Amino acid sequence: MTSDQRDGRGVSRRKILECMTWAGTGVLWTVAGGMPRSIGIIGEATAAEASRLTFLQISDSHVGFDKPANPNALGTLEEAINKINALGVKPSFIIHTGDITHLSKPSEFDDADRIISQARLDVHYVPGEHDVLDEDVKLYRDRYGRGTKGAGWYSFDANGVHFIGLVNVVDLKAGGLGNLGNEQLEWLEDDLKGRAASTPIVVFAHIPLWSVYPAWGWGTEDATRALDYLKRFGSVTVLNGHIHQIMQKVEGNVTFHTAMSTAFPQPAPGAASSPGPMKVDDDKLRSVLGVTDVVFRRGQQRLAIIDQPLQR
Amino acid sequence: MSTIKIRVAAALAAALFVAAASFAAGSASGADAEVEIDQFAFFPQRITVMAGTTVTWINEDDAPHTVASSSKLFKSKALDTRDKYSFTFTAPGTYAYFCSLHPHMTGAVVVEAASGTDAGP
Repeated sequence: MTSDQRDGRGVSRRKILECMTWAGTGVLWTVAGGMPRSIGIIGEATAAEASRLTFLQISDSHVGFDKPANPNALGTLEEAINKINALGVKPSFIIHTGDITHLSKPSEFDDADRIISQARLDVHYVPGEHDVLDEDVKLYRDRYGRGTKGAGWYSFDANGVHFIGLVNVVDLKAGGLGNLGNEQLEWLEDDLKGRAASTPIVVFAHIPLWSVYPAWGWGTEDATRALDYLKRFGSVTVLNGHIHQIMQKVEGNVTFHTAMSTAFPQPAPGAASSPGPMKVDDDKLRSVLGVTDVVFRRGQQRLAIIDQPLQR
Repeated sequence: MSTIKIRVAAALAAALFVAAASFAAGSASGADAEVEIDQFAFFPQRITVMAGTTVTWINEDDAPHTVASSSKLFKSKALDTRDKYSFTFTAPGTYAYFCSLHPHMTGAVVVEAASGTDAGP
């Protein structure tokens, strides 16, 4: 992705208008080569470069996965890290939205760490359900849980943006969806208390915090309570993984976005009999795997979210 | 009809019932039943067995799943592709369970009293 495209200058006005029919004044969203991509923010083409924060989201590495949908998930993770290392603008840090491993095995965590550390960036993790297969979430917490609460939730600040990592993959109830739980929600309410409504907020969690497709469990049971605490803020960006495909929704001040996996794609909601790993032609695989680049500029309400497939 | 004849009839009926129950559970030995995990669903989703039956779940998906009792009576570890998990149901009742990774996947085992234990004259 060139900086021209990132700033929205590489897209015609007509294209912008086509794409903003549902997105309001929000994130520019386009479809190129069959792949939906958010490529910038409308009206920000001339935004000042000062006070810019760039970070990256990677998700669903599923290290250990070796089924037909991608026999070498570790290899495609490495390709994603190489792509990050080749970026013109070095990001400040990485957010990993969970499913680091496929089966929570220590060797899988080791392999993931070995590859991801090649980016030489701080990585802020939240677990996916595949990372907490041991009953007491010890394997995940021993590695990534320092300074976190409960099953691994926490917040931090960078360049005036408040980041909140939430865990919605533990203590799931029969017939239900993702779950945050009362303890975490009370912590969230407290964490946000006293913060200025002008503070840009980035929330990240594994399972989508919006109802993508409940029939496949793609949503979070008690997310409305979390979103209630967030509604007074002028800019909220919610980054999720889990569904191994890009989905985006803008609702008021809240932009929801899900990232691609670095391991294997999953079908669009309802497009298959189940949400299992989707086998695509070998030469198409890298066009449906990738990472997400997020840019924040001080004074701008919305963050630019740029999805980058491993291969176009 | 004499008491002895009634008892013989009851025993015969009980034997037939056991045979029928074994057949319904779809297993050869009469003490085992199998539930397949496929396409993010349990099949059959609801299975009826006699007390004492061992139910075995086998994961045919490319994704891992668990078998977790809603009342926490039993829980498998994560089952990778082709992994199996078995649990023996000794007491009659309805046992709801789900996949703790994908909780929209639910199922039930209905356990009926083994004939002979409560079949009297």
